[in-house]
Amino acid sequence: MNPIKILKNGILDENPTFVLVIGMCPTLAVTTSAINGIGMGLSTMVVLACSNIAISLLRNFIPETVRIPAFVVIIASFVTIVQFLLQAYLPALNAALGIFIPLIVVNCIILARAEAFASKNNPIMSACDGIGMGLGFTAALFIIGCVRELLGAGTLLGLTVLPEFFPRTIIMILPPGAFITLGFLMAGLNAIKSRTRLNRSRIKEAQ
Amino acid sequence: MQTLLIFMSAVLVNNFVLNRFLGICPFLGVSKKTDTALGMGVAVTFVMALASAAAYIAEYYLLRPLGIGYLYNIAYILIIAALVQLVEMFIKRSSPSLYQALGIYLPLITTNCAVLGVTVLNRDNNYGFLTSIIHGVGAATGFTLAIVLFASIRERMSRSNIPSAFQGFPIALITAGLMAIAFLGFTGLIKV
Repeated sequence: MNPIKILKNGILDENPTFVLVIGMCPTLAVTTSAINGIGMGLSTMVVLACSNIAISLLRNFIPETVRIPAFVVIIASFVTIVQFLLQAYLPALNAALGIFIPLIVVNCIILARAEAFASKNNPIMSACDGIGMGLGFTAALFIIGCVRELLGAGTLLGLTVLPEFFPRTIIMILPPGAFITLGFLMAGLNAIKSRTRLNRSRIKEAQ
Repeated sequence: MQTLLIFMSAVLVNNFVLNRFLGICPFLGVSKKTDTALGMGVAVTFVMALASAAAYIAEYYLLRPLGIGYLYNIAYILIIAALVQLVEMFIKRSSPSLYQALGIYLPLITTNCAVLGVTVLNRDNNYGFLTSIIHGVGAATGFTLAIVLFASIRERMSRSNIPSAFQGFPIALITAGLMAIAFLGFTGLIKV
């Protein structure tokens, strides 16, 4: 496996949000705007990449039976570091993401990658996997954030996009909007997937 | 009176699942049958009440006196992991049938963000010992209410004709969205 393939795997083939459907809590909670989505995604990516590297380096020293508590402590340490960095340099983003920064510890993506990838591969591969998965997560959060921000506030990344007369659907920024947006995005992806599958089988038949 | 308000607000107004987005994974994962949903709710209630109490004790008698309050995240997750292990051993001994029914979901309570979420919220709001426990029980009751209602809807939905693109997660998420709209009706009921 080469590093590029691992990156692509995280972003597209095994996208944590749309394909694996894990790490749903932050996905739904912080995507009230595109910029919050990016902030959350990148914070998670930093933790994921660092914890993947650390776990990969320590993989031969951690006994099998206590590996889960050991992974959790490593992840929690990196989350604490990221939380302090955000508090110091990006206090506004830290306030917007609130409780979901400490809760990165229990984001299933991170523990899942530690268990499934980092504990079996070398540090460079693990770093690529962490960055790929993190970028996939960030992209998903950015897309959901864009849809909700556009429909709910008429803005994109803080700039007004929709004209004044276009109605703002406040519900899209409120909690129900998160569930509904993600539901429709997933249904759309399913429809695209089944259509490409249909086309492929038709092409095969024609041949 | 204040504690009653905190309890009701955690159950209805700031429902953990539908308003705060905590505990979505088990909410989507363990909600195919009403029975298992209820079992999950009870187990989570138990763990959340214990975790609220244990985290309070750790915070005020261990972390703060030692001046290492900033390590709360690491301490809380370890406490929760240990508690879940204890609850698992306890249920295994006392009620093997419930243990079988909950299966894999029991150890997964550790990574249920609702449990860590409630302890962090207790800390952020500076709740006292009793208030912390009541907030934990209220939040868990809200979780149980939401997951049991959701499971009942999904049981009926499994017999209906759903467009193929919407089958599985999409329709479940939209259903949850409609439930969240219903729960928005409670906004303003209680002002804490």
